[in-house]
Amino acid sequence: MKIGMVCPYSWDVPGGVQSHIRDLAEALIDEGHEVSVISPADDDTPLPPYVVGAGRAVPVPYNGSVARLSFGFLSVSRVRRWLHQGGFDVLHVHEPGIPSLSLLACWVASGPIVATVHTAIPRSRVLVVTYPVLRTALEKINGRIAVSEAARTTLVEHIGGDAVVIPNGVATRRYRKAEPLPGWPGPGGAIGFLGRMDEPRKGLAVLLKAFEILGPDRPGLRLLVAGPAADAEEVLDRVPAGLRDRVALLGQVSEDDKIRVLHSVDVFCSPNTGGESFGIVTAEAMAAGLPVVASDIDAFRQVLDGGAAGELFTVGDPADLARAAGRLLDDPARRAELSAAALAAVAQYDWSVVARDVIRVYEMVMLGRTRVAVAQDTGDFP
Amino acid sequence: MIADIVLVIAGALFVGVYVSWRAGRIDRLHARVDMARVALDVTLLRRSSVAQELATSGLLDPATSLLLAGAVDGTRAGGNRPRDLAESDLTRALQAAFSQPGFRASLSGKEGADELLAEVEEAAYQVFVAHKFYNDLAAVTRDARNRPLARVLHLSGHAEAPVFFEMDDSLIADKPGAPLGPAPLGPAGHTMVSSSPD
Repeated sequence: MKIGMVCPYSWDVPGGVQSHIRDLAEALIDEGHEVSVISPADDDTPLPPYVVGAGRAVPVPYNGSVARLSFGFLSVSRVRRWLHQGGFDVLHVHEPGIPSLSLLACWVASGPIVATVHTAIPRSRVLVVTYPVLRTALEKINGRIAVSEAARTTLVEHIGGDAVVIPNGVATRRYRKAEPLPGWPGPGGAIGFLGRMDEPRKGLAVLLKAFEILGPDRPGLRLLVAGPAADAEEVLDRVPAGLRDRVALLGQVSEDDKIRVLHSVDVFCSPNTGGESFGIVTAEAMAAGLPVVASDIDAFRQVLDGGAAGELFTVGDPADLARAAGRLLDDPARRAELSAAALAAVAQYDWSVVARDVIRVYEMVMLGRTRVAVAQDTGDFP
Repeated sequence: MIADIVLVIAGALFVGVYVSWRAGRIDRLHARVDMARVALDVTLLRRSSVAQELATSGLLDPATSLLLAGAVDGTRAGGNRPRDLAESDLTRALQAAFSQPGFRASLSGKEGADELLAEVEEAAYQVFVAHKFYNDLAAVTRDARNRPLARVLHLSGHAEAPVFFEMDDSLIADKPGAPLGPAPLGPAGHTMVSSSPD
């Protein structure tokens, strides 16, 4: 199948939508499909072979922050040329409600079009006001995908029509191997945590309390914490002075370093007290083959296969967490067992599985329709 | 003796007249600054309205339309973004749309396009002027209020000190004598008003 995919945001800026498109495109290529992604990108950015640059994105204020987007008639003609040369069986646009390439692609294309909505659209009034202008573009979408139930709700309410929910995948292969950080995990063992340090629902406080219980009995045990924090000093102050030098706070880390962090610890901890719908970080730790200790909330119970692929502890209970983590740290055989179980369990969230679900949507919209072409009646710019 | 008394009375009279003149001047400045603020509001509203018209005219591609409509929406009352930031956003959104190479050429010949573009540029120019005018008067008024005599005798009464309206007012059109590109933010460059501040 020949798939044309459109990314609305600059390829050289890290972001959730860009990673989604990258992982999905690569999974589709692995499945034997031909994929071309058009995306705004700086001219000197090295692009993967399947990405076509649509020129530099312009930083503009949108929705209260500055976004780098592609719009205007020059972008229209670039998209049109790409469509014309591509000869795609299906066009897959991402975030068509953002003023960028995806919306333009819908506007100038005809044929089977699938759209994926990633985020809730906060400004419905703007869409209502501009709907007469956007209608030509948005009404051409034949199949809609939402990455979450929340995204589906806004899509149904603001653009109309229904959508299939296909959540993000986990690029399990990417997590499989990485070089541990120098000196980690160390002979005394290490526990890892990823996430915002000052967001209470991420539960770092529960883990720090548990470390107070575990630390004194295990003189070599260390804690590796990575994630953004407004005030890391304040986080460290909550640790008793005697244990402080055994807690390493890394702050925000890059995507690659995140994987290294996962390979630098013996046990991964997800102490969240709520607010998780899937637990992507936990799934990523599982993809790195880590034994996981997670709080017993719905999201984690599901991803850990009811406790078969990782230990669950009572939500918000440091003593129970210390008990579960301590048992794992003392038992290498149990860790190996959970590692294998985690790898097996996370496979169902791999992008290859997601890609097959997406292909099903493609096949549905392609039924009885011709290929993607350049529409005759719109985009009459030079 | 009598000459001394006359001198004291004359001196007191003079001081009284002078102080009252100063108070009156501060009062007039406040009135003028209020009017300048109203004028600025009117030009901002007018700019929002013609930008909205352009966004929904169907002349532009849908992405540019959505971008402009989003910026206009931010300037409406009741938005969650401070007014000065929202108006600066609209300035930058208009600039982004207008500064595409060949933007005008791509629209020329379409019905109503030239008139609408001219109207948007004119509205932006009026914002530029009204903004400079207001901030300049605000600076003069604040200065008059802050003089030692005015402070000690509390000549400004209950009137609040005018607040600078800090927005990016860069022009989208190449009007003669106007700076191009993003202008520095803040109450810098109070140069437009050449008349005496009284």
